Amino acid sequence: MSKMKIRSWNKNTKNQLITFGMVIVAYLVAQLLAATGMMSSLMQGLLVPMCTYSIVAIGLNLCVGYLGELSIGHAGFMCVGAFFGAFSTKLLEDVIPNPTLLFVIALLVGVLAAALFGFVIGIPVLRLRGDYLAIVTLAFGEIIKNIVNVLYIAKDSSGFHFALSDGNAIALSEDGMWLINGAKGITKIPHLSSFTAGIIIILISLALVYNLVNSRSGRAIMAIRDNRIAAESVGINITKYKLLAFTISAAIAGAGGVLYAHNLSTVTATPANFGYNMSIMILVFVVLGGMGSFRGSIVAAVLLTLLPEVLRGLKDYRMLIYSIVLIGMMLFHWAPKCIEWRQKIAGRVQKNTKKEAA
Amino acid sequence: MQIKLSAKLTRIPEYLREGNEIIMKKALSVFMTAVLAAGCLAGCGASGGSAEADTFRIGGIGPTTGGAAIYGTSVMNGAQIAVDEINEAGGINGYQISYKFEDDQHDAEKSVNAYNSLKDWGMQILMGTTTTTPCVAVVQKTMEDGMFQVTPSASSTEVIDNENVFQVCFSDPNQGTASAQYISEQGLASKVAVIYDSSDVYSSGIYTNFEAKAKELGLEVVAAEAFTQDSKTDFSTQLQKAQSEGAELIFLPIYYQEASVILTQADSMGYDVKFFGCDGLDGLLGVKNFNTDLAEGVMLLTPFSADADDAATVAFVEKYEKAYGSTPNQFAADGYDAIYTIKAAIEEAGVTPDMSVSELGSALSGAMPSIQIQGLTGGSEGLTWEASGEVNKAPKAVVIQGGAYVGM
Repeated sequence: MSKMKIRSWNKNTKNQLITFGMVIVAYLVAQLLAATGMMSSLMQGLLVPMCTYSIVAIGLNLCVGYLGELSIGHAGFMCVGAFFGAFSTKLLEDVIPNPTLLFVIALLVGVLAAALFGFVIGIPVLRLRGDYLAIVTLAFGEIIKNIVNVLYIAKDSSGFHFALSDGNAIALSEDGMWLINGAKGITKIPHLSSFTAGIIIILISLALVYNLVNSRSGRAIMAIRDNRIAAESVGINITKYKLLAFTISAAIAGAGGVLYAHNLSTVTATPANFGYNMSIMILVFVVLGGMGSFRGSIVAAVLLTLLPEVLRGLKDYRMLIYSIVLIGMMLFHWAPKCIEWRQKIAGRVQKNTKKEAA
Repeated sequence: MQIKLSAKLTRIPEYLREGNEIIMKKALSVFMTAVLAAGCLAGCGASGGSAEADTFRIGGIGPTTGGAAIYGTSVMNGAQIAVDEINEAGGINGYQISYKFEDDQHDAEKSVNAYNSLKDWGMQILMGTTTTTPCVAVVQKTMEDGMFQVTPSASSTEVIDNENVFQVCFSDPNQGTASAQYISEQGLASKVAVIYDSSDVYSSGIYTNFEAKAKELGLEVVAAEAFTQDSKTDFSTQLQKAQSEGAELIFLPIYYQEASVILTQADSMGYDVKFFGCDGLDGLLGVKNFNTDLAEGVMLLTPFSADADDAATVAFVEKYEKAYGSTPNQFAADGYDAIYTIKAAIEEAGVTPDMSVSELGSALSGAMPSIQIQGLTGGSEGLTWEASGEVNKAPKAVVIQGGAYVGM
């Protein structure tokens, strides 16, 4: 184990540098294109969503790829992050005029809230063996969505008002303001998300997860994934490390949620954005990008967010093509024959480069 | 010596394989970067789609795929008929209309994408969006760009907070209060139950205002039962609650798909009760595998009924059925009216397509309060607008009799 580690240390560092470099180059290219006016409005509008989904995919990859636990409720953590973050922004909007500070506070609130939810859910579930995390996170995602839809919170001169399921129970005075208005969610959120903010969050998340997986704790987490009994026998505290990874994973998803909420002026919990489908979508990013590869998650998230929009010209056929591309990517990445073929191609490329060098 | 050599030989492939892996990973990342760059460039290709000076470019947004597809498709088709009519008749002040509709899958983020995509196409005026939640996100963008926006059917009050946005449909509060008023004035019932979708902005918006107005008018709301998008297949508990509380009328501020289930279940329970709905119930008679006999006597507030016998409606329905093979619903009529609203505003303001988006926006917004159109959804008095963006039109109640909507 330790021998392998020494041999692979260089590879790890190189691997990380490639990922960081890729993100930074993508950022610079995008900024350059935007500055020279060569980027379409559609692309400019897609930059923040691409960051959002990359972040959530990075978070989920930690859970699925390294911890080896399936979570199909990451959209739920995104939802928690989005609502807590937007809520804090709405509250502090008048108090703090500086948008950067406002966003950083929203980010911290959203991340901490998502982490807390992840922690609380993890405590009972991560003690169990089997697929219980998948089941519980699935339920969590649905529950949180439905709770948000019946939650009414308002603020006026006489203080805060809370109500569940009946907005009419709140008699709001003239100067009052709805903070969360049931199914309408939170509206009029200032537009604080930017591509730069998204890239910074991606870089921080990457630094966090790379450091984690290459640390002592990270090796313990992977040991649990690979063989729980062996890990237990060498004295690794299973629940502790599982909780650690899962909480960080949830927190990163929360950061994605905050970015999501501040990109649109409204945030509502609908099946389309925080429902089961979105959780599966994020899982698709992770699986297609390669479990355990954060770079792959980013690339898959970016490509699959981009694809349906670039294909807009095809009208209703685009979803058909989208699904075919999904199948194609899956085969390209995982089919044994395809892997063989790719290795053959890579071998040929190598031969050619050798010949040229000679 | 011999042995050592062969050992070395057998080790070579291993080295090679390791090398391959690295090369392969490199190749893959290069490939991915290339795809990424290609994607960016492909996006750029569409940029700078400046408007030709001789047409008004009107964009539309709504869900044409996904669960709410029927609304977006109806708006898209209804507006298309209006655009064709106007273009055939020589356009607006001699300028033709270019019209393009984009899908948003009833999602705020996708709707903003659709908006940006239309901007790349050169959109000057937005007819949309169809549904409320995406609209709240899009109005923020149109405000930033100063673009004139007419929404055919996004009914929440948040939608018209900005000066550049106007509604063709009634707002949710309007529908809620109008329903309560109608029920009370006509003496339809004194004990009312409500079944509404708490996860839907439209439905919960109407319910909230209905309840407030009902209280004021002395109507007794004996049961207010909610469901969500995740639990819309069985309504027996809600119906049983309404029955046991002795409700004489059930108010359904919901869409017709769920309403058809409620009507079927109430019938199988043997619960004979009056039903009253809003414009979302329009389309009830077109639900597949639904026994339309059960809809007999259902009352709804809707600005449009395809069975009306005025010349405009008859012509519209005929064209729609010919082109799309189905009976137009209220959303199609809203889309149709939205295009004519834009036409009227352009004529009133006397603008030309070579003006910038924000110039058009402020000129057209200024013209809106002074225009009036007849429209399909305007009833006898037509449609006029407040400067706030809210529409003035007469609410119309219809009842389903003999498998058709009949005015009340």
